[in-house]
Amino acid sequence: MSLELNNIGVAYGTKQVLSNITTDTIKPGSLVALLGQNGAGKSTFVKSLAGLIPYQGHAYLEGMELAKMHQYERLKNIGYVPQTLPQGNSLLAYEVIKSAASALQQHNQEHLIEEVFERLSIAHLAFYPMHKLSGGQKQMISLAQALVRHPKLYLLDEPTSALDLNWQMQVLNTIREEVNSQNSIALLISHDINLALRYCDQVILLHQGNILSIGNPKNSLTTENIALAYKVEARIETCSQGHPIVLVDKPI
Amino acid sequence: MNKKNWLSSLLFQLFKKSPSPSDSLANQYRHHVGTRMLFLTLLTIGIVVALLYDLATGPSSLTYVDLIKGIWSPNSLSMSQQVIIWDIRLPYALMAILVGASLGLAGAEMQTALNNPLASPFTLGVGSAATFGASLAIVFDFSDYGISQTYLLPIFAFSLACLTSLIILGVANSLGGSIQSVLLFGIALMFGLNAMVGVIQFIAEEGELQQIVFWTMGSLARADLEKAFIVSFVLLLCFFISLRHAWSMTILRSGEEQAQSMGINVKRLRLMTLIRVSLVTAVALAFVGEIGFIGLVAPHIARMIIGESHRFFIVASTLCGALLLSLASIVSKGFIPGLVLPIGMVTALVGIPFFIALIYQHQKRNPI
Repeated sequence: MSLELNNIGVAYGTKQVLSNITTDTIKPGSLVALLGQNGAGKSTFVKSLAGLIPYQGHAYLEGMELAKMHQYERLKNIGYVPQTLPQGNSLLAYEVIKSAASALQQHNQEHLIEEVFERLSIAHLAFYPMHKLSGGQKQMISLAQALVRHPKLYLLDEPTSALDLNWQMQVLNTIREEVNSQNSIALLISHDINLALRYCDQVILLHQGNILSIGNPKNSLTTENIALAYKVEARIETCSQGHPIVLVDKPI
Repeated sequence: MNKKNWLSSLLFQLFKKSPSPSDSLANQYRHHVGTRMLFLTLLTIGIVVALLYDLATGPSSLTYVDLIKGIWSPNSLSMSQQVIIWDIRLPYALMAILVGASLGLAGAEMQTALNNPLASPFTLGVGSAATFGASLAIVFDFSDYGISQTYLLPIFAFSLACLTSLIILGVANSLGGSIQSVLLFGIALMFGLNAMVGVIQFIAEEGELQQIVFWTMGSLARADLEKAFIVSFVLLLCFFISLRHAWSMTILRSGEEQAQSMGINVKRLRLMTLIRVSLVTAVALAFVGEIGFIGLVAPHIARMIIGESHRFFIVASTLCGALLLSLASIVSKGFIPGLVLPIGMVTALVGIPFFIALIYQHQKRNPI
């Protein structure tokens, strides 16, 4: 199972917002961070792969063109977690996740739902209506809706933006474990470069709709690239546990 | 949901203890499903009781025994009693239930499709469009072309209602589904359509004018069994199609982007839903005239009690609509002794305070 992106581009009308996104084959078990400043095209890129916006070029998941997938293949293979939080409605959190799981008609559906609630430690939220949950809790439910299907490709648009530090760590640990155990691929948008350095195997650094740098985090996230992509002056140090850590000094 | 599941959920609810937090989530969910089944059963019983009471209520006195005899064995009663039961009360009472159910279904579907808790065939002008269509059919007599007005009225009402729904859908898409904007547009549309109905009334002849006025007030008085059959056919058709789409609608309710990413064609789903809403609304209103607020109130009651999982919500809203209009029918007969008020007036009198309360509640949850 692998992901190949070949010359992906997206245009809104006549405005080309993303162009020439080409990567080497992304191998199974990879957690890939999509980084870049606001408006660099990260969300557009992920949305286009999720089928929300048409893209130019080719994106193959295990040889299947993403844009040509039928509903069942899409359900089975793609787990998209949008940046916008789920709506406040009267659905129970359990039902939101059950509705995603039931589409695949797996015989062990109840077990899968139970498992995802346990993995994310959110069983206590199961029978609350969505409108009574906080932003962070809704975000967890949104992630659970993808995890319960064990898709081959995760498209995660800032899945930790509404979470506190503890939950951020728990969620990223869960995603890492999922990617490793299921041999799936996750594209993760984040504004936290340090989380990318710590959890991700690869980084795609976008700048004005193009790839500025791609590769392993240590090589891609250089001070020069960070300065160009984010317009900030930064240092890369090593923390007491031996991980590289980016310290931002000032805007350029 | 098959019959066995339905019964087992109900029995499970009646004979089991409350779930404890140590139960598996699946068991706890079964408990929720059981509670919903119980509520749906109570609603159904409520409708049957309301139907019987509605049948027994009216200016001429009929005992319940006469009523049951008259339904099971009509020949055992006098001719006048048979006429009262079969030609007046039964069509009237059945039509109340069928029209209420149609509006309850239409309201639930419309609120989900447009992601708007204030949407209903009435508030967004679909009802007014149906009135306009019906007025056209009344004034411009097409009976020379060999089509009876029984069919012509719903066809015209449906065509205009459908056109209006499509315009609303177009506006909702172009405005990004903003609740306030779509609602304001719907209200503007409603006023525009009401003005056009006014023009039609102005040029109508006396007999036609009477029919249009009667239509705008909403009354069950012209119901007959043939019309009830047409409404029930369309209602059942739309109801089962809605149930088939219950999963997609539940996913849509949990978020448009998720729904799209799961391969649901959201635009098509919305379009098909609004066509269904137009059909079920227009056919229901074609024979009884404008009846407001049921389509708005019924989904809210259903949502409060049963939640929004559409396999329950659709059923609950349909049943709530049926029960509400059946109760309104009873009230319309008992409000002023010896006089039957047009049912549209009764639903408006009860519905307006409810609508205002909803706006307040909505404003509290989503302050601008």
